[in-house]
Amino acid sequence: MSDDLYETLGISRDAGQDDIKRRYRQLAKELHPDLNPDKPDVAERFSEVTAAYDILSDPEKRGQYDRGEIDAKGHERPQQQFYRDFADTPDGAKYYRQEGFPDDEALHDFFSDLFQGRGDDRRSFRMRARGADVAYNLTIDFLEATKGAKKRVVMADGRNLDLTIPAGARDRQTLRLKGRGQPGFEGGEPGDAFVELHIRPHNIFERKDNDIHMHLPVSPAEAMLGGKVSVPTIEGAVTMTVPKGSNAGSTLRLRGKGIVDQRTGQRGDQYVHLKVVLPKSADPTLEDMLRRWQTDHSYDPRDGWGESG
Amino acid sequence: MKTLTEVIITVGRIEQAELMRWVDLGWIAPSRSPKAEPEFLFSDVDEARIHMICDLRQNMMVEEDTMPLVLSLLDQMYALRHQMNALTSAIQEQPGEVRDAILKQLKATSSRNQDVG
Repeated sequence: MSDDLYETLGISRDAGQDDIKRRYRQLAKELHPDLNPDKPDVAERFSEVTAAYDILSDPEKRGQYDRGEIDAKGHERPQQQFYRDFADTPDGAKYYRQEGFPDDEALHDFFSDLFQGRGDDRRSFRMRARGADVAYNLTIDFLEATKGAKKRVVMADGRNLDLTIPAGARDRQTLRLKGRGQPGFEGGEPGDAFVELHIRPHNIFERKDNDIHMHLPVSPAEAMLGGKVSVPTIEGAVTMTVPKGSNAGSTLRLRGKGIVDQRTGQRGDQYVHLKVVLPKSADPTLEDMLRRWQTDHSYDPRDGWGESG
Repeated sequence: MKTLTEVIITVGRIEQAELMRWVDLGWIAPSRSPKAEPEFLFSDVDEARIHMICDLRQNMMVEEDTMPLVLSLLDQMYALRHQMNALTSAIQEQPGEVRDAILKQLKATSSRNQDVG
């Protein structure tokens, strides 16, 4: 390890740009962690070499470094996620070039096959293995996610996959269907199918945790005088009382009209934000009344508004 | 899981056309749903593999024609390594006398091979 970038790359200070490039290419081939999965210490050395190369391969940065304007520190790339760190995970198995024994059960079968095969050296060894997992995406409607639904996915091989969306399913939630992946080899278990859900937004309802938020248009009369209004919920319309003197932007809560939590089974609430909407066309009677009302009952709605606090 | 756009942004050194080419060539195998949106989803292992192929192609200047050979060898190595790890951990789970017997047999096998070679 060295603070001198030229030493790190093992080249002289007057090396040409082509020499630097050639040297880095050589070191990368030697030190790349993915080409050396069983040498844990190459990752650090590779990062140092790459950081040195990032500076010295750029004539402008190299000039700054030579003049002492920048030093070797602080120019490292963000830590790269190396392939070798993922290759031994279950998901990494999809890239393996041979039918292996990816889990304990198959390994067990491997051993029993091995011992049974003793005494017959020419018996071709066939390995029992679990089938591969498959992954699919499924886009569903907002209400299908909140209420739960039954859906059918057509898989790549033309088979249908029926699945039950649980009530309260979340965006990007992954459902696992055991045994619905690729068939196994030599009597091995089939793999699993994983279906990632994507939920279309709804034009009225918005989900926050297990609560539903929505904006409900009300008339000025409904807001001022109060009254019963019909409100859509994820399970159909309900009647809600708007209290007398409700301001625009007031929020009313419909308890237990939200989404069922998948784990606890408890229901969230629905929050109704009131939005006062004027009549679509001008109403001379209303305007006339308001004009007369304003002369007698003037008030300043901005009184105390906009002051510090 | 990341979408095509997300993975291009996080990797930061590959263009969409090039990545789609690697997918077509089978170098990268994201999960794919032809009739859904998004069509492709990239897992952590896919993303790390994109980095690895970028390093091979861009830094080590491995030619495109040579890549199938390199990837095939790497994938065989990682498969064998996985099997080796599985075997090793199975052996470690065994009682002491079983482990000793396996070790003894391994020593015998390797010295026999040395005699031959």
